[in-house]
Amino acid sequence: MTLPSSTLAAAADAVLDNRVAARHFNRLPLSITVSGLFLLVLAVVLAVPFWITHYDPLAGDVSVGLQAPSTAHWFGTDRLGRDVFARVVYGARYSLLIGLSGMLISLVIGTLLGLVAGMKNRWLDEVASRLFDVLSAFPSVLLALLVIALIGPGLMNVAVAIGIAGIPKFGRLVRSQTLLVREADYVRHAVLYGRSRLQTFVTHLLPNVLMAIPIVATIDIGSSIMAVSGLSFLGLGPQPPTPEWGVMLAEGRDVLRVAWWPSVFPGLAITLTVISFTVLGSYCQRRFEGRQPA
Amino acid sequence: MWRNVLVRLGSSLLVLWLSVSAAFVALHSLPGKIADILAGDNEYPGLREAIAAEWGLDKSLPEQYLDFIARLLHGDLGTSYVMRQSVSSVLHSQLWPTVQLAVAAGVIATLFAVGVALLTAGRSAVGRRVASLLELVLTSTPVFWIGILLLMAFSFHWRFFPVSGANGFNALVLPAITLALPTAGILAQVLREAMEKALEQPFVTTVRARGLSETQVRTGHVLRHALLPVVTLGGWLIGGLLGGAVITEKVFGRPGLGTITLNAITSQDVPVVLAVVLLAAFIYVVISTLLDVAYLFIDPRLRTQ
Repeated sequence: MTLPSSTLAAAADAVLDNRVAARHFNRLPLSITVSGLFLLVLAVVLAVPFWITHYDPLAGDVSVGLQAPSTAHWFGTDRLGRDVFARVVYGARYSLLIGLSGMLISLVIGTLLGLVAGMKNRWLDEVASRLFDVLSAFPSVLLALLVIALIGPGLMNVAVAIGIAGIPKFGRLVRSQTLLVREADYVRHAVLYGRSRLQTFVTHLLPNVLMAIPIVATIDIGSSIMAVSGLSFLGLGPQPPTPEWGVMLAEGRDVLRVAWWPSVFPGLAITLTVISFTVLGSYCQRRFEGRQPA
Repeated sequence: MWRNVLVRLGSSLLVLWLSVSAAFVALHSLPGKIADILAGDNEYPGLREAIAAEWGLDKSLPEQYLDFIARLLHGDLGTSYVMRQSVSSVLHSQLWPTVQLAVAAGVIATLFAVGVALLTAGRSAVGRRVASLLELVLTSTPVFWIGILLLMAFSFHWRFFPVSGANGFNALVLPAITLALPTAGILAQVLREAMEKALEQPFVTTVRARGLSETQVRTGHVLRHALLPVVTLGGWLIGGLLGGAVITEKVFGRPGLGTITLNAITSQDVPVVLAVVLLAAFIYVVISTLLDVAYLFIDPRLRTQ
């Protein structure tokens, strides 16, 4: 289930609420430090997984299948004797990159449509806004499923599906920002001083509209990753034996009767990642709130 | 007044028509694919042509579209390519388990959210911190992982509940809780924030001055005031429950609309997919209309306008 980033942000916001006092002492709240560190570790894992573990995420020995966590296999082994820790480590690549691509697809398309809608053309605005309406009439999981029905399952197709489902979020944000900035005094003055429309657009309007995006995008990576792993869990994303977290959970579900570790650790990885992005994103939102033209 | 109702009805129909038409055009513009699905593993000369003639696929796309709309207007959703029975009977037989699941989850989520908000809003800092941390965790945990954890603990370890199926009350408990938890997290968050805002309003001081107990103030006055933003979110949340039902049904091996949807999508069963699109858009339209009515009940100020 994808959540609107505003709600996720609000949830994280409340956690941060109690930490605001800490800012006066010029140090970071604990939750930010922890989230930041976790994402840093994740970045290392993403770049050089082979430094973290020497096991192969795809090669297994069935004779050591379903072994409980031990010093040899930190997270145990799955049904085919593959090291779960190695699969979680290599899985970060798939889950994060697909989630990130999904977010970027909604960001790019949503931003373009939002800019078009925010221009002074009623007809274009009407078309873009109705498109956002129809897209958000469907629960995002269902919308993503429909896109999959159209383009078929697969690794990149999941990103496209999640990306399309997320278009209205960015589209509406950019549209309202554009409408707002367009009426700002500095934009009017730029026109008054004889700047061409294109110059005004590029140097004044665009930067101020786009400023609102990075924070929302950061929070949205979390929900995008969650949605991607959901579709993968349903078997619509990357296929086994790909060590994607959602795929691993689906495999883990099948052996739940005898082993908990193949399903607990990938789920924990997803949850911690989502929380980290949300907490970090909403912290930035609080810090930079005053700078937004809103 | 009647003008508003008509506009509302018109825009509802527009949403329904736009979504189902877009889905129809998209799904039917894949050349040759539908005949492939219908043919399955069979292959002999003339098979595709026969199938195309039988299912009306040999006509042009506009003609097929008009046929489709005409059938819809007669209440005929078509025949499933894969199950070879009418789509309405398929939906009809699978509707009930999903409705049970969604309603149960909705009730649990509401009770949880109202409870947490009543207990923690505007009270001790520690309680609020715990509540907000809980909300963050609930909203950030994937629904299928919650389901797996619950299954692990309550079905496999303690054997309180059945592992799968949809027979009886026991089989409903875990799926309903699974589906409810992420929604509950969001609801609690929004409700608590709204209650904290409402508690600062002057009317709270007035009510307290009249000598009402803290419980009466909270349940009788503040809660009602705080419901408005929750209702705004309600439509989105119900949509979320439906989307979440697909995943929850998969985790618990429950029959239902979610399972039907998932199967239709993996097997490219176009008529069923179109029916699901129509149903989802219909639910969206009905819910958003109902919510507008709910506003009038909750906020008397809106009635006079």
